[in-house]
Amino acid sequence: MMVKIASERRIDNKEMRDAYIEKLIELAKKDERIVVLDADLMHSNNTYKFKEIFPDRGINVGVQEANMIGLAGGLSATGKIPFAHTFTCFAARRDLDQVYISAAYAKLNVKIVATDPGIAATYNGGTHMSFGDMGIMREIPTMTIVEPTDSVMMEALVEQIAYTYGPFYVRVFRKKPIRIYEEGSIFKIGKGIILKNGKDVTVIATGIMVSEALEAAEILENIGISTRIVNIFTLKPIDKEIIVKCAKETGAIVTAENHNFINGLGSAVAEVVVENAPVPMERVGVQDQFGEVGDIEYLKKKFHLTAEDIVESVKRVLKRK
Amino acid sequence: MLTDVEVTELERFANQIRIETLKELGHLGFGHIGGAMSIIELLAVLYGKVMRVDPKNPKWKDRDWLVISKGHSGPSLYATLALKGFFPKDWLYTLNRGGTNLPSHCDRNLTPGVDMSTGALGQGISTGMGIAMGLKMDKKKNYVYIIIGDGESQEGQVWEAALFGGNANLDNLIVFVDYNRQQLDGYVDNINSLGDLSKKWEEFGWHTQEVDGHNVNDIYTAIQMAKQVKNRSHVIILHTIKGKGCNFAEGVELNHHMHFTEEQVANAIKELEKKFPEKAGDPA
Ligand SMILES: Cc1ncc(C[n+]2csc(CCOP(=O)(O)OP(=O)(O)O)c2C)c(N)n1
Repeated sequence: MMVKIASERRIDNKEMRDAYIEKLIELAKKDERIVVLDADLMHSNNTYKFKEIFPDRGINVGVQEANMIGLAGGLSATGKIPFAHTFTCFAARRDLDQVYISAAYAKLNVKIVATDPGIAATYNGGTHMSFGDMGIMREIPTMTIVEPTDSVMMEALVEQIAYTYGPFYVRVFRKKPIRIYEEGSIFKIGKGIILKNGKDVTVIATGIMVSEALEAAEILENIGISTRIVNIFTLKPIDKEIIVKCAKETGAIVTAENHNFINGLGSAVAEVVVENAPVPMERVGVQDQFGEVGDIEYLKKKFHLTAEDIVESVKRVLKRK
Repeated sequence: MLTDVEVTELERFANQIRIETLKELGHLGFGHIGGAMSIIELLAVLYGKVMRVDPKNPKWKDRDWLVISKGHSGPSLYATLALKGFFPKDWLYTLNRGGTNLPSHCDRNLTPGVDMSTGALGQGISTGMGIAMGLKMDKKKNYVYIIIGDGESQEGQVWEAALFGGNANLDNLIVFVDYNRQQLDGYVDNINSLGDLSKKWEEFGWHTQEVDGHNVNDIYTAIQMAKQVKNRSHVIILHTIKGKGCNFAEGVELNHHMHFTEEQVANAIKELEKKFPEKAGDPA
């Protein structure tokens, strides 16, 4: 794995949904097996761009997410590589049994690409805010869960997702996040990335919390706390090696995720830490609450998903070290 | 049948709801405009003539209930409730702001007068039927009204509910289908057509009517007709136009969720105000 980290944190120059669909279109030009399904969110997910080029392989099923997953399972049984799209809330909650049985249990090759994770659902509000989707998906055997961090990583992962057999849950912030990586970075599914070295504590972050973690690290350096930052973008299978290494080398861990602090990254990391290298831990995430409507800045504060929240957790964990 | 005076009154009420909805969404600059506009005549008839509600006592046990299963149309319900006095009209300007009581999708725990939390399409028809069953168990006379979308009708749950409701004979229930023929990605017929919708509902055992969903008299008359038919569950298919009455949304293919300028909104409101010049806007 070879990553180049952006020297400055700026808004991405590309929406993640575009980085994704453009790469998928490129692959589909060479591979007729790739099929896109969407459930009346083609103009939210930009999958309409695929349908415009491949009308026969771009299917809008209408508002029927569960049926879509079943169709994807069947398509996969005939050797197709179906990518099914909807919002994270519907992918995880409404489709769970179909994902479980018709995709995973049947050992089929269904790729679920789900957008607007957690507070990214902003103005759609509580019904659309998925704080538990990764936890739900984590419970399904054989499921691979990835949350790409920015458009560079998104684009780089599409090919691996397409050509690694088995069910995938891809959690996508569909607009422009903060750009973390430089073009040309190489990523490997299942492998975490050390973004910044440090010796006092490790912050492990995913999704939009990666940039908050980097910001927190700067604040912490100023008060003399040397903070290591790790981006774990594959929730399952989780990178045990990097977690154990960081636990041993820094002696304290804080996780940060745009997700319920139950069952997501924090829990996955804690499971590894507890069994292999027990050290004090804190989890930054949504405190087992329902979502609500608002803009992203409001929601970040409301659900304690800011750099300051990470700083506070680091201070707490260090007291227990 | 309504008298001419009653028709005019309801049309005026509908016009006010449209104007308030536009102000509410306009203040934010974006929102689910299309589906909000297509149910406004229905809301005017329900809240202007049909439903027993008490704005001062939203949880009144003898009230009629409304479940907007296509929960993204909350904004036009909020405008209606504000005009009826359920809460102050300036709440409308808090739509979708952090901490608001008026979220984009209906929430029974936040908004006085909202009877069910909806937003995940397909679920409101089931919860509405459950409410109707509960009321029947308690031998109560309240009516339950449910509004579902045509795109929403692609959900399997809608047809599970239809099958169940056709057998359950809930004559205290009327389901309205907002058949505006558009969904998020465009025209329903181009995506996953509902075919002969009326026939489907009939076949599922429902007392089925089809009317012009922008004609207040037709809507009212169909509701009265439904109430005369006992021991059947009722559905009224409303032929509507997505974005109806909003000049920058009506007739546009992708008018489900739009961004709009202050000028567009002001312009649309001006046009609506011309319809009832003597009493434009707020009656009070
Ligand atoms: C289960 C579910 N899937 C998807 C969505 C996203 N969504 C909101 S509205 C909508 C289209 C609904 O179309 P329709 O029912 O015809 O509503 P209308 O045109 O009346 O606004 C979609 C896909 C949702 N809210 N719930």
